[in-house]
Amino acid sequence: MSEVRVENVSKRFDKNIVAVDNVSVQIKDKEYFSLLGPSGCGKTTLLRLIAGLIQPDEGNIYIDGKLVNDVPPEDRGVGFVFQTYALFPHMDVWDNVTYGPRVKAWSTEQSNKIGREMLEMVRLYERLKAFPQELSGGMMQRVAVARALSAGSKLLLLDEPLGALDAKIRLELRTEIRKLVQDLGLTAIHVTHDQSEAMAISDRIAVMRKGKILQVGTPQELYMNPKEIFVANFIGESNFLEGYVEAVSDKGAVLELRGNLHVKVSDKSRSSGEKVVLAVRPEALDLDKGHKKVENALLGRIESVKFEGTTTRYDVRLENEDLVVVTRPSLAGEWLNADEKVTISFPPDKSFVFTYPSKGLREELLAE
Amino acid sequence: MRNRRGNFGRIDLSRSGLLKFLDRVSSKPTARYLIYSVSVAFFFSLILIPPILGIVLKWNLMGQIFENPTLQSRALSAIYASFGIALFVSLIDVVAGLPLAWFISRGKAKWLNVLDTFVDIPFILPTVALGYSLLLFWSKPEGVSSLFGASLVSPGWLLVILLHFVFSYPIIVRVMVGALLDYQLVYEEASRTLGAPPLTADRTVTLSILKPSMVSSFVLAFARSISETGATLIVAGTFENGPVFISNARTGGLGDGPLVFVSFVLIAVSFTIFAIITALGPRLKLPTRKVWPVIERRLSDSKVAISRNTVTLVIFLLMVLLPSLFVVLPAFYAVSSGTLSQALSGTGIWQGYWQSLLLSYILAAVVTLLNIFIGLPMAVLIARRRAGKLASTVLDVLVNVPLIVPSIALGASMKFFWSNFAFIPEIVLLIFAHISITYPYFVRAMASAVERTRIDLEEASRILGARPFTLFRTIILPLTKYSLFAGALMVFTRSVDETGATLAVASTLKTAPVLLVAWVKGPMTPMPTPYEVGLGIGFLVILSFIVLLVLRFVVRGKERKF
Repeated sequence: MSEVRVENVSKRFDKNIVAVDNVSVQIKDKEYFSLLGPSGCGKTTLLRLIAGLIQPDEGNIYIDGKLVNDVPPEDRGVGFVFQTYALFPHMDVWDNVTYGPRVKAWSTEQSNKIGREMLEMVRLYERLKAFPQELSGGMMQRVAVARALSAGSKLLLLDEPLGALDAKIRLELRTEIRKLVQDLGLTAIHVTHDQSEAMAISDRIAVMRKGKILQVGTPQELYMNPKEIFVANFIGESNFLEGYVEAVSDKGAVLELRGNLHVKVSDKSRSSGEKVVLAVRPEALDLDKGHKKVENALLGRIESVKFEGTTTRYDVRLENEDLVVVTRPSLAGEWLNADEKVTISFPPDKSFVFTYPSKGLREELLAE
Repeated sequence: MRNRRGNFGRIDLSRSGLLKFLDRVSSKPTARYLIYSVSVAFFFSLILIPPILGIVLKWNLMGQIFENPTLQSRALSAIYASFGIALFVSLIDVVAGLPLAWFISRGKAKWLNVLDTFVDIPFILPTVALGYSLLLFWSKPEGVSSLFGASLVSPGWLLVILLHFVFSYPIIVRVMVGALLDYQLVYEEASRTLGAPPLTADRTVTLSILKPSMVSSFVLAFARSISETGATLIVAGTFENGPVFISNARTGGLGDGPLVFVSFVLIAVSFTIFAIITALGPRLKLPTRKVWPVIERRLSDSKVAISRNTVTLVIFLLMVLLPSLFVVLPAFYAVSSGTLSQALSGTGIWQGYWQSLLLSYILAAVVTLLNIFIGLPMAVLIARRRAGKLASTVLDVLVNVPLIVPSIALGASMKFFWSNFAFIPEIVLLIFAHISITYPYFVRAMASAVERTRIDLEEASRILGARPFTLFRTIILPLTKYSLFAGALMVFTRSVDETGATLAVASTLKTAPVLLVAWVKGPMTPMPTPYEVGLGIGFLVILSFIVLLVLRFVVRGKERKF
């Protein structure tokens, strides 16, 4: 069993920079948990706090119910995969993988057994005499995972483990790591800035920004029901339109957008007159040629068309001068061209409404 | 173009007159070959070949020493002593210097910056000053000996060891602090997360990765100990190591035979040791496989670390810093007595003193300038592998030779060669000798700076239309000027400090350190008083600091990262 509980943890650097700001989160046993956020959001710091590589200024960290604030990293029983792999350059693959058992003074037979098992597991047993610099990025990554697990840890911490790899290998390895964690019954905490990676492998994701956790949920929850503007933009993509709540009823609300445009949304929690931001995902928008009278119709003109393979992306300039992005499957419907007049629309329940942020929309969307 | 802080605010891109001419010439391959060839020719004809030929020419004299068993055993013990002391001191340096380097680089306290600066003091002080300072501290009634009623450490082998420890210790600490700061902590963190207590992580991972720096700092300390002459002469008493033997052989009129023998053996063995370390260093395996979890965990305890740091600090303060700075005391007394006014009026022994000091600084300035001119093309040649991979590597190794052979032996063998050309004045020989000794400092500093300059910057400059000379002037030089100043500074201070080779080549001209050795050791009648020696050394130290400060001011703000 391996469970992690972080309670009100803060970490400051140089007194002024708050890297982790009063964070609380619980990672369940055998869960694949991702810390997702832009660079500098504090996700790596949080991971290093859990590993014991740095100590919190405030708050407590528990592993398996035991307070570990004062426990040095070597006694926390965690496996850590570093972004740069940190394979010891003066040791070959075998010595790297058996390093943990050796420094823990396990018997030679036991060390050899686990070394063999781990290398076979990552399919690198035949390269045991190779030095790290003789391996490809993907191989080094697999050795790093094997080494992290060789000391028998049930908690695997991964700091951007796929960051330095080519796109294709990244896709392969993320599935491989996910499967490994599942097969061995481990708990994994995976730090990444790549939302598609986090969505593909995680049971749950914590979205972080400026040292705080904004929302924790399954990938579907975060996509379908983002609680913050930043999450709506960082998990997937969204169009944001500013407006006011015109009327609220038991079916939803009517918003007035800039340029006297009116749309219906299913959100009932708003109050009349409130300044809000409407978010609609590009893939939730319908796009029709010409001007059509449908529900939530917004008229505009196609400014540019970008063919992206599976999907085609249309930049549409609305009558109120707002720019909206619409994506459509490339094989569905007819092709539209730049300068064509179009109508875009969306079902009221496929939109999100947020209170207008006090620091402005632009600031809220900044990925830093 | 220079702004107030000495930075080159804007680089002159206009091409007029001389610049235009140089630019045009530089794009001709013949001109480039000529510059590189002249530089290589200078290196071989001025630095590498003369000492070798000097020994070859006098080879037949070597037999003399075998006819005199007493002299032979004296020479052999001096040689053994040289290598024995160098080896012992360098090992002790590593053992005592590593914890201090660790403490400085890993500690977070602000006062560690001050400690870091203090480490450089024995490095900056002329070795002659160090030697006299240690002599006062350990042997004379003014120093710690006053507490014991008798000389605590008399001049001799123990004092030589103490001295060599003091001046080579900062080399180890400096190199290792640099290496530890460059070291990626992530390896240590990986080791800790895998279950290693701090000491195990340091031993099995950090030290192994830092091994090349340890080996090179060991070589530097070793070479420095083998080579040092002036200060060793001051503290040696009747004890002889190689350089002291050569010096005594010259003054004692033992003839050239013993000189050739000892010089040859010192050069040959130093070179062999250096070659062996270079070849075997990378293969040297530290014992990292075996782990003692219980003991190492206990030794990783913070209490043990605190006591280790305390012992390290005490050793540094009592064995290194205090003895190094002790020379301040007599200099201080000299200022309060009448000695200062005598010195400033330049009467008596002071007339010779000021002449020597002037000679030292003029010599150092000339040597520095010449080094820049003949060293720059060589540095580019090595860094950019312009002579092909093999030839450039060979040159790279050869350039280091003067670093590792004892300077007095180098000087002596040069003298054998150049004495065949009686028309060459002594001052020119002195310049040749000093260029030989200091050459590696400049070329090494510049070559590694050029190597660090990214080649794509050069390519971009060429594609944008810069000819080789403009490229050098507008791209390479601005990016490496800090190293150029640093290299020049090293050459300058090394030249002012140099005693061994100077003693060997010059018989009438006396540079400041040579004169000061004579003031302490004789022969002189009457012998200068301790106040006078203290003050004489004090001036040298103060001038060294001023030169250092001026140069530091000049290069301030020039260190930029690209």
